[in-house]
Amino acid sequence: MDQPRTARTYLLVLLFIGLRGFGNLLLAFGTKHLPAVLGVHPAAYLQAMLDPAVAAGIAMLIFALFTRMALLSVADLSFVLPVTAVGYVLAEVLGKVFLHEEVTAIRWLAAFLIFAGVAVVGSTPQNTTKEARTE
Amino acid sequence: MKWLLVAITVVATALSDLLQSYELKRAGEQSVGARGIARLARLVVERRYLILSIVCLAFSFFAFMALVQSQPLSFAVPASAASFILETIAAKLVLHEQVGPRRAAGTLLVLGGIVLLAR
Repeated sequence: MDQPRTARTYLLVLLFIGLRGFGNLLLAFGTKHLPAVLGVHPAAYLQAMLDPAVAAGIAMLIFALFTRMALLSVADLSFVLPVTAVGYVLAEVLGKVFLHEEVTAIRWLAAFLIFAGVAVVGSTPQNTTKEARTE
Repeated sequence: MKWLLVAITVVATALSDLLQSYELKRAGEQSVGARGIARLARLVVERRYLILSIVCLAFSFFAFMALVQSQPLSFAVPASAASFILETIAAKLVLHEQVGPRRAAGTLLVLGGIVLLAR
């Protein structure tokens, strides 16, 4: 296995998970502190984007999208999907730490299942397509 | 109506990911440095499959927003996680990825975790 390439893939996975997790957190934090509830009017969304936390959240989510694209250029879709699901666990942890949301025993079990699944998928080759095999 | 929104979310997400995966594999290895991001942004506007994938992503996003507006998150998240199954099957059949028993089992474990997380 090409170790630098594998390390690079996991670095992209970590970057994507972090950007998406903190991007969503900033969005949640920013929108919860807005004076008005967001409806269907586009102007309300445009105004929400002027909030520094919302703007930073959107910027991080756009960067997350590009990071995921870079990830898909080097790894299988069927590899990327489950491995990046660790983000669901990060969202739980961030929600508990920063937004003081409750994490039940069932949710910890869910986190364990996700980690177990990621470990199993992570033990398979990250790129199995024809393009990768012919390099 | 809720199942229509689930179907739009799942199918649009799957299509978006398949198109991105196909086109980015063809484009070659990408990076996320300043030049890499600029190159990716250029690819997004130049390659029609990537443009289409962004359109699908927008459909998926708005369908999911409408779903969570009308349904509890405990329904919306596991229902939309069905895209995992659809995408893994499509990755094998359309993108010709090797999805062996280990990868399939790991994907099912993750899916089980997501469904539990939404309870």
